[in-house]
Amino acid sequence: MGLRTILDDLEPHFEKGGRFEKWYALYEAVDTIFYSPGSVTKTTAHVRDGVDLKRIMITVWFCAFPAMFYGMWNIGFQANTIMADMGIAAGEGWRHALIGMFAGYNPASVWDNFWHGFWYFIPVYAVTFAVGGFWEVLFAMKRGHEVNEGFFVTSILFALICPPSIPLWQVALGISFGVVVGKEVFGGTGKNFLNPALTGRAFLFFAYPAQLSGDAVWTAVDGYTGATALSVVASDGMAALQDKLTWFDAFSGNMHGSMGEVSTIAILIGGAVLLWTGIASWRIVLGVFSGMVALSLLFNGIDSDNPMMAMPWYWHFVLGGFAFGMIFMATDPVSSAMTNTGKFIFGLLIGCMVVLIRVVNPAFPEGMMLAILFANLFAPLIDHFVVQANIKRRLARG
Amino acid sequence: MEHYLSLFVRSVFIENMALAFFLGMCTFLAISKKIQAAIGLGIAVIVVLTLTVPVNNLIYTYLLRDGALAWAGFPDVDLSFLGLLSYIGVIAAIVQIMEMFLDKFVPALYSALGVFLPLITVNCAIMGGSLFMVERDYNFTESVVYGAGAGTGWALAITALAGIREKLKYSDVPEGLRGLGITFITVGLMSLGFMSFGGIDL
Repeated sequence: MGLRTILDDLEPHFEKGGRFEKWYALYEAVDTIFYSPGSVTKTTAHVRDGVDLKRIMITVWFCAFPAMFYGMWNIGFQANTIMADMGIAAGEGWRHALIGMFAGYNPASVWDNFWHGFWYFIPVYAVTFAVGGFWEVLFAMKRGHEVNEGFFVTSILFALICPPSIPLWQVALGISFGVVVGKEVFGGTGKNFLNPALTGRAFLFFAYPAQLSGDAVWTAVDGYTGATALSVVASDGMAALQDKLTWFDAFSGNMHGSMGEVSTIAILIGGAVLLWTGIASWRIVLGVFSGMVALSLLFNGIDSDNPMMAMPWYWHFVLGGFAFGMIFMATDPVSSAMTNTGKFIFGLLIGCMVVLIRVVNPAFPEGMMLAILFANLFAPLIDHFVVQANIKRRLARG
Repeated sequence: MEHYLSLFVRSVFIENMALAFFLGMCTFLAISKKIQAAIGLGIAVIVVLTLTVPVNNLIYTYLLRDGALAWAGFPDVDLSFLGLLSYIGVIAAIVQIMEMFLDKFVPALYSALGVFLPLITVNCAIMGGSLFMVERDYNFTESVVYGAGAGTGWALAITALAGIREKLKYSDVPEGLRGLGITFITVGLMSLGFMSFGGIDL
C-alpha cells in the first residue's frame, strides 16, 4: 500500500490548520480518484448500495467512449477522403506536423484516420478538461465543496458536441461559461437547473455562429464546405439527401457533424449500458423517442412546401444530435424532471420541441440542443404539477 | 382563423413579453418565489392584457388616431399625442376594478399578490401590449388575440421561473449573489432556452 501511505502522510498538511489547508479540494480529488472514500452515513436508516455518485459519473464517462472513438476515426476518415479528392497531399499547422509524425493521409487505413481525428478531438478535450477543471477546483477551494466527478461527464459531453474545426480559445470560453454560469454559481453539481455542457455550447452557438454553425465547420479540412444532412434537407429536400447518403450510412455515422454525435449506433451501444444499469432513465428516453415519432408523423401528414415536413421519423432519429441528446443530455439526472410521470412528460416535451424547431424554425436546422434547454426550464414545473396531482389523488382516496 | 392562431403562437412564444422583450421585469422578479402566487399573478396579467389591449384599440381607432374623429365631424383632428395618457388611464381603471373584484371574491389571491396587484398598472408588459398594438396596427379581433397571447406568454414565463426558483431553494448560491442577483442570471439563462423560437416566421 505504498500509495495509500503517501496519501495518508500528506493528509495532515491539507486538513484544517495544515500548511496547504486551501488546497484540500485538490488533495481530496486525487485521493478519491485512487480510493473509494471510507466515510459512510451514520444517522438513521439509509439504503446502502455500491453505486455512488463517483461510480455513476465514471460509468457515463465510459459509455461516451464508443461515440468518442468512432468520432475520432470519422473526423479522420472524412478529412482524408476530402483531401484525397481535392488532391491535397498533406495539411499545414501544428496538428498536421503531429499527424505526419506517425501516420499518413490514406482514407483506407484505419490507423491514419484515427490518428488524424485524434489530433482534432484530443486538443479540444484537453482544453475543456484543463479550463473547466480550473474553474471547478477554484470554486471548490473558495466555497469549500469537493471537486466532483460530474465534471468528467460535463467535459467529455461538451467536447463531443463541438464541431471538429472549432478554435481552441472558443472551447475554453464555452466550457468556462458552462461550468461557471451554468453550474457553479448555483453551488456546484446537483444544484443547477440547466445542463452545463449544453449551456456552454448554446452560449458559443449564439456568440460565435460563424464557427459553430453553417456549412464550413463540420470537417477538419480548411476551406472545405459540406452541409450537414439536416441543412441539405432543409434547403433541397429529402430526395437530395438520399442521393448522397443512405439511411444506413447515417445510422452508422458516415457523415459530417459534431465530433461525437454522428454515429447513432455507437451512441446506442453506450446508451444500452446506461439504460441497463439504470443510470439513464428509460422513461425519459422513451418519452423523447415517442414525442419525436408522434410529431414527425403528424407533420408528414401535412401537405406543405417546407421539405422538412416530409422527413420521416427514422431519419430524424439518425441525423444531427438527436441520438446523442436523447441518451446523454436529456437523461442528465440533475436538470431533468425527477418524478416518474414527470420524466415521461419531460421526454415528450423534448421530442416534440426538437421536431418543431427542425421543421418550423428556418433559423436553426438542428434543434436538439435548444429543445433540451427549453425542457430543462420547465422540468421543475412539471414535477410540481405531478406532485400536486399526487397529493390531490391521495387526499381524495382518504 | 389560421392567421389568428399564428398571431397567438407568435405572441406566446416567439415574442414572449418577459423573455424576448424583457418587459414587466419588476413583478416578474418579485412575485416568482412561489408557484402558486406566480400562477395567480399570471392569470391576473392575462385578464388585464386581454381587456386593456382591445379597449385601447377601440379608443385608438375611434378617438385618437389621425382622422378617427371623422364620425363626429372632425376629419382633420389628430389626437394621437394623447395616446400614452389615455392608455395608462384605461389600464389603471381596469386594474382597480379587478382589485375590487379579487378582494371580494378571491381574498386568498388578493392577499398573496399584495402590493403588486395595483402595481400591474405600471407593469411595462401591460403598457407594452397596448403600444405594440398601436405600432403594429392591429384591428379589434387581432388585438384581443394579441392581448391574450402576450398575457399567456408572460404567465408561462413567470410560472416557469417560479418553478426554477423553488428548485433553487436547495442550491448553494454564493453569498453576494443570493436573492435578486441569481434571479437575474436565471432569467438570462431562461431566455437562452427561449431562443429556440427566435427566427420562426409565422
